[in-house]
Amino acid sequence: MAELLEVKNLSVSFETAQGEIQAVRDVSFSLKSGEVLAIIGESGCGKSVLCKSIMKLLCNKARIKSGSITVDGVDITRYRERDMQKLRGRLFSMVFQDPMTALNPTMTVGSQIAEAVRVHHPGMSRDAVYQRVIALMELVGIERPDERYGLYPYHFSGGMRQRSVMAIALASAPKILFADEPTTSLDVTIQAQILDLLRDIQRKLGTATILVSHDLGVVARIADRIAVMYAGKIVEIGTAEEIYYDPRHPYTWGLMMALPAYAKAGEPLYTIPGMPPNLLDPPKGDAFACRNAYALAIDYEEMPPMFKVSDTHYAATWLLDERAPKVTPPLRGGRNV
Amino acid sequence: MSETILDVQHLTHQFRLTKHTTIRAVDDVSFQLQRGEIFGLVGESGSGKSTVARCIMNLYRPAGGRIFYRGVNVCDPKQYRMHKNMLQTTRQMIFQDSTSSLNQRMTVADIIMEPMAINHIAPPGGSLRAEAERQLHDVGMDASYLNKYPPELSGGMRQRVAIARALSMEPDFIVADEPIASLDVSIQAQIINLFKHLQAEHGFTFLFIAHDLAVVKYLCDRVGVMCHGKLVEIAPAAELFAHPAHPYTKLLLSAVPIPDPRLERARVLQTFDPSDLQDTGEMREICRDHFARMPVEGVPH
Ligand SMILES: Nc1ncnc2c1ncn2[C@@H]1O[C@H](COP(=O)(O)OP(=O)(O)OP(=O)(O)O)[C@@H](O)[C@H]1O
Ligand SMILES: Nc1ncnc2c1ncn2[C@@H]1O[C@H](COP(=O)(O)OP(=O)(O)OP(=O)(O)O)[C@@H](O)[C@H]1O
Ligand SMILES: [Mg+2]
Ligand SMILES: [Mg+2]
Repeated sequence: MAELLEVKNLSVSFETAQGEIQAVRDVSFSLKSGEVLAIIGESGCGKSVLCKSIMKLLCNKARIKSGSITVDGVDITRYRERDMQKLRGRLFSMVFQDPMTALNPTMTVGSQIAEAVRVHHPGMSRDAVYQRVIALMELVGIERPDERYGLYPYHFSGGMRQRSVMAIALASAPKILFADEPTTSLDVTIQAQILDLLRDIQRKLGTATILVSHDLGVVARIADRIAVMYAGKIVEIGTAEEIYYDPRHPYTWGLMMALPAYAKAGEPLYTIPGMPPNLLDPPKGDAFACRNAYALAIDYEEMPPMFKVSDTHYAATWLLDERAPKVTPPLRGGRNV
Repeated sequence: MSETILDVQHLTHQFRLTKHTTIRAVDDVSFQLQRGEIFGLVGESGSGKSTVARCIMNLYRPAGGRIFYRGVNVCDPKQYRMHKNMLQTTRQMIFQDSTSSLNQRMTVADIIMEPMAINHIAPPGGSLRAEAERQLHDVGMDASYLNKYPPELSGGMRQRVAIARALSMEPDFIVADEPIASLDVSIQAQIINLFKHLQAEHGFTFLFIAHDLAVVKYLCDRVGVMCHGKLVEIAPAAELFAHPAHPYTKLLLSAVPIPDPRLERARVLQTFDPSDLQDTGEMREICRDHFARMPVEGVPH
């Protein structure tokens, strides 16, 4: 099947007074229709910047330095805002991590959803738009939608704001949905309902989703594949099973070990030692080396390539080189216990 | 021995939705916090957790009930004015959504130093800037971020700046509304360890609101569960997770996601009958320190 999205060797930088911040470094991946790819990784490692660069929503300080972005067979890397405006709504929709900034505080929630409906169904009658908005609000679990249609975002709790954002995103029936922490502000029962709702819509419409999340429970529920990012690079990518049951990169091991779900009562939680590197001047070797108990001498010298573990599973760590010493992952029995 | 630092009595708050509808966001909620404990408040989205927090921090004036902090009735304007300085320096709040609570035009250093500067607090570590650097370091960010502005930071970094700002005041009591949801698991673990450390070393008291029940189970000493504006259950954390009594608590615990794809995908969502959640009963003690709102007949255990 043809790839819906193909990102090749993408690098994105910000020009700042202190110098060039290399937020995304040489990232490649692809995505098929109907697939959910989760991106996980340290705060500040470039997940949001990567998503925004694909949608071409970066601020003017940002620059795509190299690489290409191909959507539905069209190379949009050099597209300007004028070209994107026509395309964006048809291809992309988004749900961001912060519902308050995603919603316009001066417009009622109902009219914001209505606006999204109208953009994609120009010429729809007023009444039909209203009915569609109410249906979307019901779909995302906003009770008493007719009463709440005329309320402003500040009337809503965090969870309900995010449901409104979901309704707006779903109004356009996009090809790719970018969901940046879509369920963090929801209670776990609604969280699971929204994830299942996403899944359903996905199956029915063939929407592909790029999900950014820190919640490895959420990712386990809906991701088909997972990309692990560190300091602007994808350091491991594979199916959900491969990443959870057979992780290969020491950074992925660290993430799994830090989960409170598996912590022992009374003992401090495991944390990955040290801090992420400065993206102003990333180290020349493996950016994770100085925090990695398994680092080899070569890690400080040379960036590891993506080693193949299986047809779907790749990891950028010198531990996978055939000359590397064999190490046992610190996770018990391949499971993240 | 134990000293009640916060006493919330019959707290009620409502919002007017339209001319004809009001929402009872918080409905007769009572609980106490002992000095040095971490109390978790969990529950439905929209059940009133943030509203409780905002009433406690004097951001809303409650429609009914009383809130005592160190014996001061904070809802009473006269008492509030009399103790304003103490209330402002010893209590801090970390918001669910820090992006909008940070001043976009201030540098990270200024944001962290501001409360200390306003309250004329001389930091133990010398200059305010050195103190800001130390606080930033504690939340896992290095000094290179001191001169940045919030829009130049990632979401998780902004949240950590908000945490550093609140902790810089070395408050006795912290209300943290979803403070770590936007952070990656390793930084989450670091902040949780930091909170535990502040509790153990300095006797900080926390009201910790969160949706991540694995974190709540690990971090909190006691937990209250809210549903539809009411507190439906309150118990020591271990007891609550082992023996949930109220139907809503059971539902909530059954929905905790498991970080394991095969187990998680196989997990069937429980559906529930909202009428089960109707408030039929009274808060009653079902075993030591474990209270649940139960119908008069059906007392479990
Ligand atoms: N407008 C900007 N100007 C300068 N630097 C920026 C800008 N936006 C982002 N950055 C930098 O780019 C890097 C990546 O940021 P990004 O927002 O993609 O992180 P993230 O992985 O989404 O993190 P989080 O999980 O905390 O949201 C960070 O180091 C951040 O400081
Ligand atoms: N400023 C406001 N004006 C009107 N209604 C409000 C306001 N703030 C909250 N509400 C309503 O009060 C109820 C409780 O909201 P609150 O934000 O306290 O819930 P919460 O438990 O914090 O939810 P979440 O988990 O989603 O953050 C909700 O029904 C909400 O819509
Ligand atoms: Mg982000
Ligand atoms: Mg809230």
